[in-house]
Amino acid sequence: MRHLDIVDLRADYGSHTVLERINLEVGKGEIVSLIGPSGSGKSTLLRVILGLLPPIAGEVRIGGQTIDYRNKRDVKAIRSRVAVVFQQYNLFQNMDVLRNVTIAPVKVKGRPRAEVEEEAKLLLTRVGLGDKLKSYPDQLSGGQQQRVAIARALALKPEILLLDEVTSALDPELVNEVLDTIRDLATEGMTMLIVSHEMAFVREVSSKVVFMAAGHVVETGPPKQIFDNPQMARTQDFVGKILRH
Amino acid sequence: MLERIIEEAPAFFGYYNVVFLLEALLATFLLSVIGCLVGFLAGFAMAAVRRSGGRALAPARWLILAYVEVFRRIPFLVTLLLCFFLFEVLKLGLTTFQVAVVAVCLIASAYIAEIVRGGLDSVHHNQWDAAATLNFTYWETLRWVVVPQAWRVILPPVFSFFVLFIKDTALASQIGVVELTYAGKVLNNKGFSAALVFGSILILYFALSWPLARAGSWMEKKLAPSRHR
Repeated sequence: MRHLDIVDLRADYGSHTVLERINLEVGKGEIVSLIGPSGSGKSTLLRVILGLLPPIAGEVRIGGQTIDYRNKRDVKAIRSRVAVVFQQYNLFQNMDVLRNVTIAPVKVKGRPRAEVEEEAKLLLTRVGLGDKLKSYPDQLSGGQQQRVAIARALALKPEILLLDEVTSALDPELVNEVLDTIRDLATEGMTMLIVSHEMAFVREVSSKVVFMAAGHVVETGPPKQIFDNPQMARTQDFVGKILRH
Repeated sequence: MLERIIEEAPAFFGYYNVVFLLEALLATFLLSVIGCLVGFLAGFAMAAVRRSGGRALAPARWLILAYVEVFRRIPFLVTLLLCFFLFEVLKLGLTTFQVAVVAVCLIASAYIAEIVRGGLDSVHHNQWDAAATLNFTYWETLRWVVVPQAWRVILPPVFSFFVLFIKDTALASQIGVVELTYAGKVLNNKGFSAALVFGSILILYFALSWPLARAGSWMEKKLAPSRHR
């Protein structure tokens, strides 16, 4: 069953087209990874899905329902169903860990604080931060902050999780603690769209890999195809370069 | 000089002079407090509207931009005289003190709007993105995320503006408001020595602005948990 559907999507920054004719399907419980060189539009695509950058043309459908990004209610609706974890974590600097995780469910969704806090504590324990509830973001390492960001996204009980280069800002030894958390989610059947440069990880967890370059989707296929037997010259070039290391 | 001050002091601190000085102090105090309070509230509101994105507020944003840019560029005295002559023409029957209150509010609001705008802009854009994807509205984002982080950038310049501002209310003497500086001139003209008169005025100004500066640094500590950044 299709969960997230992107059809002929186009987005511009001012007069500059950054995404063109993007077509992408994410099935329920699937993990789709976006790979490609910097500036190819991977992160921009996630921003468009969330309505941070409204598309110029094309469609985004979630569960078969088309999102009208000019309509505030539609944008609100997609943001309540799709959660995102940013590369730079984007934790609220003025709030402790627990409040970062609970503020949206409590204040925006209006759920009872006690209940949300219990859930948040479980989530934070699950990502290994049960003892950091009262810490502020600047007191945590990058890996810890990123796991708080994941907990914050999960506290909204999203149907779909978008991960935007969640390990790029981390020291190498902190990468695995974040990847382990994502592996856990994968085994639970969470639908995910991932932007990543961790090729071994992408290969391991993805149901499908999408190679993007210069604002276009160049090739889509199972990890085996993209990494071992890429069909397009541009993909061969990219994969050849990164796998040589 | 000291002998002269000692000689004049009993007459200078006579009942009527003291009442006169206290009334002048009250005028300076009221001009400062009303200017600071109104300026802070209006300045904050204007900066918040200016940062908003909705189309409905676009005309308000233009008005605010024009207002802030104009009033920050006219000398305080000119604003004061403009208000004075404008209210003369309109024949609203305002006292000079009321005219001065309007002028100080106009000036303080424009300056503080600009300080607050800078403070809001200092908060990293990724905080806005995160708030947007969590479905916070613009005003919720300001209240819960941006303003708490902007305090530490906003407060120091706001309080140094307040301190400058108290001194600038002296210009109200130019349209005949009996505030501290005006009172000083009157007493000096009565024949009291300048050292005695303006020494007293100096102490009174200091007494106004010192507690304000203390309140400022207390608030900076209290409202700006700056170590969490």
